[in-house]
Amino acid sequence: MNQEFTLTIFSENSIGLLNRITIIFTRRKLNIESLTVSESAIKGVFKFTIVVNCEEHNVKNLVKQIEKQIDVIRAFYLSSDEILHQEIAMYKIKTSSLLESNLVEGIIRRYNARILELTKEYTVIEKTGHKAETQELFEQLKPYGVLQFVRSGRVAITRLKKEHLSSYLENLEKEHRQPVEA
Amino acid sequence: METLTIEKEKTTEKKIQSMTGSDALLQSLITEGVSTVFGYPGGAIMPLYDKLLDYKKEISHILTRHEQGAIHAAQGFARATGKPGICFATSGPGATNLVTGIADAYMDSTPLVCITGQVFSHLLGTDGFQETDVVGVTMPITKWNFQVTKAEEIPEAIAKAFYIACSGRPGPVVIDITKDAMMNTFDYSYEKCSYIRSYIPEPRVKTPQIEAAAKLINEAKKPLAVIGQGVILGNAEKELLAFVNKSGIPIASTLLGLSSIPNNHPQFTGRVGMHGNIGPNIKTNECDLLIGIGMRFDDRVTGVVSKYAPQAKKIHFEIDKAEINKIIKVDAPVLGNVKETLAQILDFIQPDQYPEWLAEFEACSKEEYNRVAKEEVHPSDGKINMGEVIEVLNQQSKGDAIIATDVGQHQMFSMLYCKFKDTRAWITSGGLGTMGFGLPAAMGAQFGCPDKKVISISGDGGFQMTMQELGTIAYNKLPLKMIVLNNNFLGMVRQWQELFFDERYSNTPISSPDFVALAASYKIKGETVNDRSTLKDAMERMWRSEGAYILEIKVAAKGNVFPMVPAGASVSDVIYGDEHK
Ligand SMILES: Cc1ncc(C[n+]2csc(CCOP(=O)(O)OP(=O)(O)O)c2C)c(N)n1
Repeated sequence: MNQEFTLTIFSENSIGLLNRITIIFTRRKLNIESLTVSESAIKGVFKFTIVVNCEEHNVKNLVKQIEKQIDVIRAFYLSSDEILHQEIAMYKIKTSSLLESNLVEGIIRRYNARILELTKEYTVIEKTGHKAETQELFEQLKPYGVLQFVRSGRVAITRLKKEHLSSYLENLEKEHRQPVEA
Repeated sequence: METLTIEKEKTTEKKIQSMTGSDALLQSLITEGVSTVFGYPGGAIMPLYDKLLDYKKEISHILTRHEQGAIHAAQGFARATGKPGICFATSGPGATNLVTGIADAYMDSTPLVCITGQVFSHLLGTDGFQETDVVGVTMPITKWNFQVTKAEEIPEAIAKAFYIACSGRPGPVVIDITKDAMMNTFDYSYEKCSYIRSYIPEPRVKTPQIEAAAKLINEAKKPLAVIGQGVILGNAEKELLAFVNKSGIPIASTLLGLSSIPNNHPQFTGRVGMHGNIGPNIKTNECDLLIGIGMRFDDRVTGVVSKYAPQAKKIHFEIDKAEINKIIKVDAPVLGNVKETLAQILDFIQPDQYPEWLAEFEACSKEEYNRVAKEEVHPSDGKINMGEVIEVLNQQSKGDAIIATDVGQHQMFSMLYCKFKDTRAWITSGGLGTMGFGLPAAMGAQFGCPDKKVISISGDGGFQMTMQELGTIAYNKLPLKMIVLNNNFLGMVRQWQELFFDERYSNTPISSPDFVALAASYKIKGETVNDRSTLKDAMERMWRSEGAYILEIKVAAKGNVFPMVPAGASVSDVIYGDEHK
């Protein structure tokens, strides 16, 4: 049965690694639903967050193939109930439609969105939440004319009590420094 | 004590010297112990080729007749010697000509370091002359690849390349170097790589895994072990032998596992897979414990997966975590280099013997001999058979030769009938099944093992794919022995057409040049054998000849390889080939 999984991948910052990782998906004809890459809390270590729909045995193999890449430090997969995640969406509407009716303001309030920028011509609204929530706001704003709508990839944080990576890295370094003769 | 510390100082002392990127590359290779390189020059790699002249004493460069020949030669060299194979190619078409060999080496875990020239760094991404995105092209088929655009990156890139190619589960690495990086000067120093924090080549052996596996082994009544190339790659032949002897377990080999244990070992029951032996294939579905050792349950081994040993508990000795449960779910994975895990499990297993269980294999062998092998190997009349040729070769070699094959029926016959005494004596393209592999791979093996008899066995089709390497063989006076089994067909495909496509022989009849005359034009000796009565003597002449020799043997046009597990069938649904006779 297909299920949504979030993969977290920690890697070195090396050129071409993103390509190596996405090839692993495309070769198995798996579609990447969302992808975010940025530096992690550990300096020099990069974090990929990838969302994919597939069966659990697929994702298990996927993670092992990803971890097999030389520049990947660790890769994990988590099911939806093991993570908290957010996406950010931005909507550009004509400022006139905001001013002409107070309905738009009501929508912004109800959806816990906020106004980022307001000019004579346009207004930019921002909302964070799950995809379904940001989508819903889009549907609500649509009748008032949305000039642009953008949504980020997912950022996710685990519900685990411990951060594995930093202790993992520390152990690695410790073991490596141990003299072999000892 | 004193000498020890002095030595240590020597190795850690970094000598710094100003030199060009090309010099640095060659110095790095020398430090890594390289003395043979296969390659082909061209524009982007010219600075490196120029410098080769200055290192003639240390590095011999073998100019092949095609880059594909260079990389297959590097593969043959690596498989025969256990050292990494090195090849050079220029940018664009030179590099793309390597691709088949890189893919082949990736599938068969062969350690290679491929150096490709690249256009000047300022031309990258401009569709410059002979610019190909080599890193992009080879990404899915390399263990690691890297583009060098500055001379000073060369030592570290090369050090990493060797470490990655050779450690853990080996594989091919590509280093793409821009022309300016080869030409620019920098302060060179070299440090071998032995650690990359994001890369764990050998998972640490976990004793509980060993114990769990040992428990299954000790409880088993009908165990069967399938040996793969991992044993050879891990230099674990001795450990395997000790394990096999103590456990008493019947063993079988995958295509690439051959020669890891002499095939006259009393517990050796044959080969598994599509054209494997009846015994181990059928018994796979009768054993109560199946042990994979350094193998990866390829679909040519398993047949249809759902019907592969469903009754058996399974153990998997494997170095690559990604192979565990990839295809076959196992009860007891044993992660680690088999050299360590096999050695460690020895203390946990009881000595045992399985005479009755082994006798069942023996009965299968007899049946196979009577229904398949007898007529193949000792036919009463008609044209020469491929299996028969291998048997005559065995009589000559006594198993003391390196055999490199191409891909097709002759490959399967070689697998079924070749005898091996020593390890690393069997070189064939397994995972990719690359026609054209055999001749250049044999050539590379001969460069690596100049004192060994190296025999290449090809079909008339595959030989024509890379036969330009006759030029390399002749020029270098290699004493390579070449057998071409000529059936005037692309035999293996023809066999499938016969069995599964109503004998519609679409594009499988193939014509050939006069191979002996062709070889003669390179001043290589040889002869054609048409008749059974002259085969043995001709084989002996080839064996005794000083230099290279080609033996073209005209074999039956429509011979078939059996036994066979048809695609999509269970391994126990073997056909003998005599069913409709
Ligand atoms: C490069 C490549 N192209 C095509 C194939 C498909 N193929 C597999 S076996 C075979 C026939 C080989 O014929 P030949 O070399 O004459 O050997 P034989 O089977 O007759 O022993 C072909 C075409 C392949 N394995 N490799």
